[in-house]
Amino acid sequence: MIGIVELGPLWLTLQLASATVVVLLILGTPIAWWLAFTSSRLRTIVEAIVALPIVLPPTVLGFYLLIALGPHGFLGGPWKDLTGSALSFSFSGLVIASTFYSLPFVVQPLHGAFEAIGRKPLEAAWALRASKLDTFLSVASPMAIRGYLTAIVLGFAHTLGEFGVVLMVGGNIPGQTKVLSIAIYDHVEVLEYAQAHTLSAGLLLFSFIVLLGVYTANRRFPLHAT
Amino acid sequence: MSHLSASFDLTFPSFHLQANLDVPAQGIIAIFGPSGCGKTTLLRCLAGLERAPIGSMLLGKHCWQDEKQKIFVPLSQRPIGYVFQEPRLFPHLTVKGNLQYGWKRIGESVRRITFDQVVEVLGITHLLERRPSLLSGGEQQRIAIGRALLTSPRLLLMDEPLSSLDLQRKREVLPFIQKLESEFHIPIIYVSHDLHEIVELAKTVVLLKEGKVAEVGPIEEVFSQLNLRQLIPDNHLGALIDTIVAEQDQEFGLTKLAFSGGHLHVPHQHRAIGERLRVQILAKDVSIISSPPSFQTSVLNLLEATVVEIGEVNIEHPFVDIKLDIGCPLLATITRKSLATLNLHPGQRVHAQIKAVALSPEIHQ
Repeated sequence: MIGIVELGPLWLTLQLASATVVVLLILGTPIAWWLAFTSSRLRTIVEAIVALPIVLPPTVLGFYLLIALGPHGFLGGPWKDLTGSALSFSFSGLVIASTFYSLPFVVQPLHGAFEAIGRKPLEAAWALRASKLDTFLSVASPMAIRGYLTAIVLGFAHTLGEFGVVLMVGGNIPGQTKVLSIAIYDHVEVLEYAQAHTLSAGLLLFSFIVLLGVYTANRRFPLHAT
Repeated sequence: MSHLSASFDLTFPSFHLQANLDVPAQGIIAIFGPSGCGKTTLLRCLAGLERAPIGSMLLGKHCWQDEKQKIFVPLSQRPIGYVFQEPRLFPHLTVKGNLQYGWKRIGESVRRITFDQVVEVLGITHLLERRPSLLSGGEQQRIAIGRALLTSPRLLLMDEPLSSLDLQRKREVLPFIQKLESEFHIPIIYVSHDLHEIVELAKTVVLLKEGKVAEVGPIEEVFSQLNLRQLIPDNHLGALIDTIVAEQDQEFGLTKLAFSGGHLHVPHQHRAIGERLRVQILAKDVSIISSPPSFQTSVLNLLEATVVEIGEVNIEHPFVDIKLDIGCPLLATITRKSLATLNLHPGQRVHAQIKAVALSPEIHQ
C-alpha cells in the first residue's frame, strides 16, 4: 500500500502554510482587534466579508483571485511592474490567495478572544500607566494566548487542506505551486493509489496530531478572566 | 492646599451628566447618590476614561483636560490610581506581577510609595507568589488597591470598591481604605451608594442627582441640612456627630461617647477609650419635647436643644424636618401636628430625645 513519493509537494505545502499563517497573524490581529472593540456601523459589513471564504465555493474565490492576481489584475499588475514577474501561478500568488482563503480561520478565534477579554483589563492597564501598544503586548495578547493558538493551528491546517483555490490560482507547477492536496489529486488521476494513500494518510495523521495538540494545550492554559 | 476643579458636560442616549466640582483635594471625598445618578460616569470622566466634549479637569496646577484648548491627557499619562468595582487583576500574572505592573512603568524619581510599604499596610505578604484566581474577593480587591498605590498617584479614584464583596470581606477591606489616607496622604475620590461606608470614611461629600451635583461640602455640614430629603432616602436622613469614646459601662453594657454638646449612651462598642467614632443620628429617631419630662423616661439620651430652623411644611406630607442645635447640628423628623402642638419656632429652647444612634452596624459588629 505504501508508495514511494516525492517530498517536494510536502515541503512546499509546509512553506506555504507557514508563510500564510505569519501573514495572517500580522493582518488578522488588527482586524480582529477592530472588530472586537469598534462601535462603528461598518463592523457587521467587515464581519460578513471576513466570513465569506467559509461559505464561498473555493472555485469562486479562486476565479476572482486569478483575475486580481493576473498580469492585468489590480494586485498582479502593480506587482508585475514592481518585480517584473507575474503573481498568478507563483508561490507569492499562492500565499496571497491562501491568506484570503484562511482569513476567517485566524480572525474569528482572535476576535472571540479579544471580545472575551473585553475593555475592563485594558482600562486597568491604562490606569497603571501602560500605553495602548504596551497594554496590547503585556495584557491583551498574553490573555488571548488560547485564541492565538487556535488561530495559528486552524490557519495552518486550513491552508494545508486547500485545493480549489490553489489549483485555480497556482496551477500545478512542480516545485513552485504543486502542493500536497494537488499531488494527491494527480496520483489518483493516474491511478497511483499507493502514493495517494501515503500522502493522504500522512496528511490525515498530521492534522489529527496538530488538533490533538491544540486541545491538549487549551486545557493547559486555564486562563480565567477576573 | 491644592484643589480639584472639574466640569463635565456629556450626553448619552438616556442620560446627561452636567457636573461641576470644586473641592479641596484632601482626605476622602465621597460621591454619593442613588444608582443611575451618574457617579461612575463622573468618576470615569475624572479619570479620562470618558471624554466629555465640553469639559475641564484640573488638580492643583496640573491640567488634564481643557476642551477649550483641546487639551486631553489620556489616562495612561495621568498620575491617577483607579480601583474599579471588580478587582480586574491580570490573570496571567502573579500577585507580585500585578503589584509591580504599574510600579515598573513609572519613573524611579516619582516612586514615593515603596513595594514593602504597600505590602505591609495591605497585609498581603503571604499572597505574593499566588495567581489572582486563587484569591478571595477581599484579597483580590486589596491587591487591586495596592497595584494602584504603587504608581504613587496624585489622586486615587475608587468606584464602589467594596460593592462586590460580602459583609465579611467589606469589614476586611474597609480598615485598609481608612489607613490609606493617613499613611500615604493621597486624596481619594470614593464613589458609593452605601451611606454607611461614606459616613465611616469621608471628609467631604458630593451628592449627585440625575447627573448634577446637588450638594457638596464637608460631610457634617451637608448632612445637617434640612433640604436633603429628595437626595437621601428617608431612612438615611440624619446629622453626623464626631465623638470620642469616653467611658465603658460594664454593668449595663453601654458605651459613653463624648461630643461637643455633651454625651451619648450607646450599646457597648468594642472600642478603646479615646478612640474617635463618627455616629449618625437619624432624624426619625429624634423626638422633641418642650420641657424636661417630670416623669421618668426609658430614653437614655435626652439633650437640651435650641430650634434652629423649621423645614418646609408640605400639606400633602404629614411630617416636617426640624434642625436643632445641641452643641452641634441635629435633625429631627416630627409630625406637622406636633409642630403645631409644640408651637415650635426658631430660637426656642427644647429637649431632644434620641431613641437610637446609628453606628454603621454593618461594618462594626
